[in-house]
Amino acid sequence: MLVEMRSLTKHFGITQAVNDFTVTLPDGELVSLLGPSGCGKSTVLNMLAGILKPTSGQVLFDGEDVTGLPPERRGIGLVFQNYALYPHMTVLNNISFPLEIQKVPRAERMARAKAMADMVHVGNLLNRRPRELSGGQQQRVAIARALVKNPQLLLLDEPLSNLDARLRLEMREEIRRIQQKTQVTTVFVTHDQEEAMSISDHIALMKDGYLQQYDTPQELYNDPDNQFVADFLGSPPINHLTGTLLGSVFTLTDNSASFPLPLPAEGVPEGKELILAIRAESAEAAGQGEAHFTAQVKQVYTMGKEELAYLMVGTQEMRAYIDLDQGITPGITLPIRLKPRGVFLFDQVTGVRYQ
Amino acid sequence: MSKDALRYRREKALERRSRVWSALEPVAYLLPFMVSIIVFTVYPFFNVVFMSFREGFDLLTNTDNGIGLGNYAFVLSNRDFINALTNTGIYVAVVVPVSAALAIVLANLLNRKVRGMAIFQTAYFLPMVTSAMAVGLAWRYIFLRDFGVLNQVLGWFGVDKINWLQRYPWSLYALIIFGIWSNLPFTIILILSGLQNIDETYYTAARVDGARSTRIFFRITVPLLAPTIGLVLTINTISASKVFSELFALFNGPGIGGSLFTVVYYIYEQFAKQKHAWAAAAAMILFVLIFIATMVQQYIQRKWTY
Ligand SMILES: Nc1ncnc2c1ncn2[C@@H]1O[C@H](COP(=O)(O)OP(=O)(O)O)[C@@H](O)[C@H]1O
Ligand SMILES: [Mg+2]
Repeated sequence: MLVEMRSLTKHFGITQAVNDFTVTLPDGELVSLLGPSGCGKSTVLNMLAGILKPTSGQVLFDGEDVTGLPPERRGIGLVFQNYALYPHMTVLNNISFPLEIQKVPRAERMARAKAMADMVHVGNLLNRRPRELSGGQQQRVAIARALVKNPQLLLLDEPLSNLDARLRLEMREEIRRIQQKTQVTTVFVTHDQEEAMSISDHIALMKDGYLQQYDTPQELYNDPDNQFVADFLGSPPINHLTGTLLGSVFTLTDNSASFPLPLPAEGVPEGKELILAIRAESAEAAGQGEAHFTAQVKQVYTMGKEELAYLMVGTQEMRAYIDLDQGITPGITLPIRLKPRGVFLFDQVTGVRYQ
Repeated sequence: MSKDALRYRREKALERRSRVWSALEPVAYLLPFMVSIIVFTVYPFFNVVFMSFREGFDLLTNTDNGIGLGNYAFVLSNRDFINALTNTGIYVAVVVPVSAALAIVLANLLNRKVRGMAIFQTAYFLPMVTSAMAVGLAWRYIFLRDFGVLNQVLGWFGVDKINWLQRYPWSLYALIIFGIWSNLPFTIILILSGLQNIDETYYTAARVDGARSTRIFFRITVPLLAPTIGLVLTINTISASKVFSELFALFNGPGIGGSLFTVVYYIYEQFAKQKHAWAAAAAMILFVLIFIATMVQQYIQRKWTY
């Protein structure tokens, strides 16, 4: 199902939870709502579900305005952060409860619930109660319960946040698998950028109730519209070198270093406070005559297969994945070359990107 | 002795004292409570158990004609006691489930966030803070044969005047109505606290799936309330089995011609007549019955609760 949100706005008294949120979810895609806690993700989800009425704006399902429809008439499946499995019902009864409400005959109800349980791999736990299940199993049951009535739209509100790290990885892939198998349009709310990056077809990144950027994970990462987007994605976080531009020379804030700006910067006012943002994988040791600037190596860490170097550019610190085979050790001065990808220039005050 | 050795001994002594104190401290805190429990509960309990087997027991001289089941035999064949047992049984069997059911419904109504709810809540809990005697007096007026509000209202529906206060079994029904009414506030409070412990998302989940309020009530609210309901049934069974002061409030005693004896009233009366051993035997019988009822309830509840 194609889902359109047009200028969705929700105010709680003076709290502006969501403002002018416009996003279209293509049919059959998994789209993440990503952003820090309190940015309005759940509010958007609840407006899609019909649990919250928007202050203004519309929700359209396949072109039909459903803004006024109550949740039960929207044909959605909902998975809660705490799963909200009914503790007094067995797994089978939990999954079949939505069908019981729809007055599906008992035999069919049981058959469909069992088939769904098998699909999410809890077919062997049908007679257990929720408290006899692990977090991951509860999660699977919750997804089965949401999917059993063949919803046109599946909504998941931070479904992985109650799981430990290993299980989170596993269930993330499970959700992806189930979604691709059922081809149900899915909205996945998370505050974890890595989770969103790995699972989504598209990501809507939000901050303070406003949509920051709506794009594929790669586009979001490689071509952020503003500093918030660049900062929010990636681990380790993107490096910041603060400074100003004079001519085409970038000078660090305390004049501790300056070098020609390695990227086009049209229309940047002279003397404007700027941030040169560099992803850790976008800096490398430069060959002869290729260096953009030099840096002091402060420390090197081996993190599994990668080696992360802490560098000082003037008085400012940055981290970079640098090939240590070349005998790079703390204390030496290293010529640095920036790759064309993953280097951005932002306004320090407004976060606007110059390019 | 050197200064150091002196200090060493002083510290040792302090340490020893603090060790003794740390062992005694909890005992000291518990003592007042333990003493009062032992004096007013444990000792009397075993005393009653013993007394109930002492045939021909005289409290003043502390003598008896021997140990046996004579007191039980007497009490169990005593017309007043059988009567009391029947009345109490009917009272418990009606008051406990009815007040629980009413409380569940009313607590659900009270659990909503509606304007003016505070007034309703106050109204419901009024009986809890009003003196039982004053309330009983008010109910006497309600139950009056000729001018009582209840008969007036029933009259509108063509019901003849009922002599609630002076005719058995109507007096028992009056007692039951009064019992349900005075039981409600406490029961509602317990149920309300149970309701408030139910996570809101269960309701949201059910509503999103299209469940109406009746289904939500019976398939989600009531089962999730089961532990609370079990608690309420147990507490109310115990307290209703001890129905006593209500008799004074409504009838100044056990009704016309002693028709409305309850078990505790019977115990009270045997005591007043200096028949302490009979009272003790009756008390033991009540204790055993309450005990059995509670056990059965616990058993059922364990099967019923998730
Ligand atoms: N029912 C509500 N009443 C008042 N404020 C609310 C309510 N729900 C959410 N908010 C506020 O709206 C903002 C967005 O909340 P939410 O959508 O839950 O954020 P997120 O899910 O991204 O963490 C927050 O500031 C939150 O405090
Ligand atoms: Mg949220």
